[in-house]
Amino acid sequence: MSESTMPPPDRRPGPAERLREAVSNGRLTAALILLPPALVLFTLFVILPLGESGWYAFYDWNGYGTPEDFVGLQNFEQMFGHSVFSVAVGNTVKILVISLVVQMPLALLLALLVYRQTPTNAVFRLIFFVPYIMAEVAAGLIWSFVFDGNYGVTASIATTLGIDKFFILADRDLAFYAIMVVIVWKYFGFHMMIYIAALQGVPDDQIEAARIEGASRTQIVRHVQIPYIRPAIAVSAFFAIIGALQVFDIIIPLTNGGPSNQTHTIVTYLYEFGLTRLRIGFGSAVGVVLFIVAVLVAVFYQRLFMRKAAS
Amino acid sequence: MIGPGVWRNVARISFLLIVSAFVLAPLWATVMGGFKTNAEIRTAAFSVPDAWNLEFYRAIVTDPSFWRYMGNSLLISSAAVALTLIVGSAAAYVFAQIRFFGSDFLFSYLLLGLMFPFATAILPLFIKVRDIGLLDTYWAVILPQTAFGLSLAILLFRTFFQQLPKELFEAAYIDGCGYIRFFVMFTLPLSTPILATVGVFVFVQSWNNFLLPLVVLNSREVFTWPLGMMQYRGEYVTQWNQTLAFVTLSLLPAIVFFLAAQKYIVAGLTGGAVKG
Repeated sequence: MSESTMPPPDRRPGPAERLREAVSNGRLTAALILLPPALVLFTLFVILPLGESGWYAFYDWNGYGTPEDFVGLQNFEQMFGHSVFSVAVGNTVKILVISLVVQMPLALLLALLVYRQTPTNAVFRLIFFVPYIMAEVAAGLIWSFVFDGNYGVTASIATTLGIDKFFILADRDLAFYAIMVVIVWKYFGFHMMIYIAALQGVPDDQIEAARIEGASRTQIVRHVQIPYIRPAIAVSAFFAIIGALQVFDIIIPLTNGGPSNQTHTIVTYLYEFGLTRLRIGFGSAVGVVLFIVAVLVAVFYQRLFMRKAAS
Repeated sequence: MIGPGVWRNVARISFLLIVSAFVLAPLWATVMGGFKTNAEIRTAAFSVPDAWNLEFYRAIVTDPSFWRYMGNSLLISSAAVALTLIVGSAAAYVFAQIRFFGSDFLFSYLLLGLMFPFATAILPLFIKVRDIGLLDTYWAVILPQTAFGLSLAILLFRTFFQQLPKELFEAAYIDGCGYIRFFVMFTLPLSTPILATVGVFVFVQSWNNFLLPLVVLNSREVFTWPLGMMQYRGEYVTQWNQTLAFVTLSLLPAIVFFLAAQKYIVAGLTGGAVKG
């Protein structure tokens, strides 16, 4: 390169110049060393499988060799026509409703009761958060012991009360309610922690001002605190929805989807009818549906939340 | 002199105690159940044991496979944490420090993992892991877990790195310090709070993960503890005391870890989640 190709100092350097500069000061080398590991790992284990599920979903394939038996939309038709899939979707909706109607209000109430920094409150917060840090499988196993009518806690209660044995998890109608109890037990502490973090950010002078103007405690909660922590409530609702779409670990030790496939969720359905039967194409189709729902939720949430934040 | 404030406080505490009982009763029955005979569990699940039978806990502690499961989990989780911190912080550093054509695009690309649940692509992931020949190895869990954790890690790291003082880099650069050396010598040591938060978050996720190991691990030699626990449950279907002792002992490290790292766990699981 001759001197004459150098750009005058008042002009922006051209692409070639910028590249040369990037090489000489080590920027390019740094980017070429530091970035690829993340890109390779992420592409190989997240993006490619995701793309492949969009491909496999149109094939009837048992996972061996390459998918060749193109079946068009048959996997999707079969899924939407399958009564167990409807049950699984219905159960996912039930979890969502319970989260929004029981779990979140309970979490909010508890957060309002223990958000102030006192030693007693710290103990209660700790207790309420314990189920959340436990593995879901362990939580499911513990509750399957609670609900065991032959040898577990339920058996013990029945014996004490002198009534007949009862088997909640074997009851087609009751089993899923039992599962929802476990879900509330497991996750309300998480939502409570989100609210507590937000409540601690409410300026004291606002609460004080409302009190001086004669507002009652409920009025302060309704008109000062809850409006202030609305973003946190939106976040916790988002997690409730995403969480409802993913429930799997808890179901396996409790009912494994039974009795007579009444307690499946979308993910246990995917596992049971896709993986354990090695129907990779069908399972991928379920995955695609799950993906679309998750993306819709994310986009919808962002729209709603961004607009709220902007106004 | 009992005013309405006192009654309100009594009502508040009573309510908190009731909820605490709901939370703790199953855990209490579990811990105690490990000391009881099966007959006693069937009649008095919540009572303190008549006699403290240590045999069930002893059976677990002296069972080599229990330690094997715990060791496997510890190895996998630690590797996932180390890999996520190294790979994630390196990528985030590039996004925070170096502007180049397409960097915004690549950054958004790496955040796609925040959009959908892990389970979505579990079947093709299983096929991929099998075709690479990793099935039934630790890597089959470590690599996908790291890959799925990268999105949140990179997002949190980049935000943190961008808040570090710019003058520091300029001064070091004039002194002849290159990008990579600056990353290792200054950025990482200054970022321990966020490294700890992300590390704890990844560790807890990995330690508790069930679906991925269930799909990619088949032999008991490589089982993580949740798989081992389910295996155990299957072998001792009617002997709850044995299973409950297993559950209690396997949850113990998690509880201790939580009490020790409480600050980071709450920050990572709620704060991190909120920011993500």
